[in-house]
Amino acid sequence: MDRMLYVAMTGAKETLRAQTVNNHNLANVSTTGFRADLAAFQSRAVDGTGFASRVYATNGTVGWDDTSGALLSTGRDLDVAISGKGWIAVQGPDGKEAYTRAGNLQVDANGQLMTATGLPVLGDGGPINIPPYTSIFFARDGSISIVAQGQTPDTTSTVGRIKLVNPANDQIARGDDGLFRMKNGGVADSDAAVQLGSGVLESSNVNTADAMVNMIELARQFEMQVKAIRTAEENANAATQLMRI
Amino acid sequence: MNPALWAAKTGLDAQQTKLAVTSNNLANVSTSGFKKGRAVFEDLLYQNVRQVGGATSQDTEAPSGVHLGTGVRVVATEKLYTQGGLTQTNNALDVAVEGRGFFQIQMPDGTNTYTRDGSFQLSAQGQLVTSSGYTVQPGITIPEGAQSVTIGRDGVVSVRLAGQQAPVQVGQLQLTDFVNPAGLQPLGENLLAETVASGPAQSGTPGQNGLGVTTQGNVEASNVNVVEELVNMIETQRAYEMNSKAISTADQMLEYVNNQL
Repeated sequence: MDRMLYVAMTGAKETLRAQTVNNHNLANVSTTGFRADLAAFQSRAVDGTGFASRVYATNGTVGWDDTSGALLSTGRDLDVAISGKGWIAVQGPDGKEAYTRAGNLQVDANGQLMTATGLPVLGDGGPINIPPYTSIFFARDGSISIVAQGQTPDTTSTVGRIKLVNPANDQIARGDDGLFRMKNGGVADSDAAVQLGSGVLESSNVNTADAMVNMIELARQFEMQVKAIRTAEENANAATQLMRI
Repeated sequence: MNPALWAAKTGLDAQQTKLAVTSNNLANVSTSGFKKGRAVFEDLLYQNVRQVGGATSQDTEAPSGVHLGTGVRVVATEKLYTQGGLTQTNNALDVAVEGRGFFQIQMPDGTNTYTRDGSFQLSAQGQLVTSSGYTVQPGITIPEGAQSVTIGRDGVVSVRLAGQQAPVQVGQLQLTDFVNPAGLQPLGENLLAETVASGPAQSGTPGQNGLGVTTQGNVEASNVNVVEELVNMIETQRAYEMNSKAISTADQMLEYVNNQL
């Protein structure tokens, strides 16, 4: 069978995959702190006998878009967002440290600081417990100060500090659950340069115009691949006709 | 079936839920003591098609893998307990809470629920009840023939009876607070129920231990910000359109295959 058919088929198949990545980004256009996935094609030469003219395409997730999303002011005192680069350390479902940008925090019934998805937020010494409070304030360096229940506003106390990290992009990778982790399985050091804003949330950093244009481009690319499959079929048909004479 | 279709479908579902939350907020823009809701989204599990870092030969490894995201889901619709504005009504039985805390209400079946809506009324027996007729806890009965009712900032309810000079104290309103008010379960009728997530109810005197104060003659307006909700609505609509466009594009791609091959 002619390899042209297979080369075109991989092109079509991988284009559909890239479309999935793009649709996933579009679906997460309202997810707080979401980082857009970036897909790229790679060429793989087909080895073997004959003239080396055939190259397959494979699709790869090369990483994520690390630009910041827009900061939306919500006024809720437990909403935080990182301005610029950096990550909030949380305890993943496996008990290990993981990183997220989603800063819509909560204080659960036991006073533990949690993300909206129920993961404990980590401080420099493990999960952060917040005593009953009348008001809470997050400083730019992640320090949490509260006015404890029954105290007057002039007696604030610091109850912990959110661990903020800023590992290089090539040191962390997104896990299957959407959280980011160190590639070497270790723990990132906290970074004093990461800045936190309170009363704001970071929107998803998916650029919708980009994603829409990308979608159209992928759809047309897909049609071209299918057209090539069709042409391969026609060629094969023509060859068969020739044999009949 | 094609994962591109399903990823976009989850986007449509999530935006629809967000619109439902936004419309509920807008519908309750005039409900006293109403706290606005917010839909919280999370990206769904990723499919690991090709492992990043997998060996491509004895000495080399793949610098990037294939991670296909499967879309988005709504993890929570949380309530935002920010203070609503106080609207002056001059009605003696309207009480607003300024600060933290909820009024405790006893339901007909004996269970306790909590509310921020302090537009109280009197029952036929003179008991302080909510607009739906459920009794306020601790129970307060206004005696017959009371000329005026005064509720202090500390919740003390006193009445002046006809022919008497000094006011008589008939009870004290209490406020109840929770560690995590966002964990309360909304029941409708402006009522909320305690859950495991909210933590146990802690009652106390208004103005003490970080509880808010009671303000007579006011009701707490809904904390819905109309402009914010309208912006949310625009954003939701556009995101919905884009996801539906993604579905139709994926559909057209498959249709093209069917027609051409």
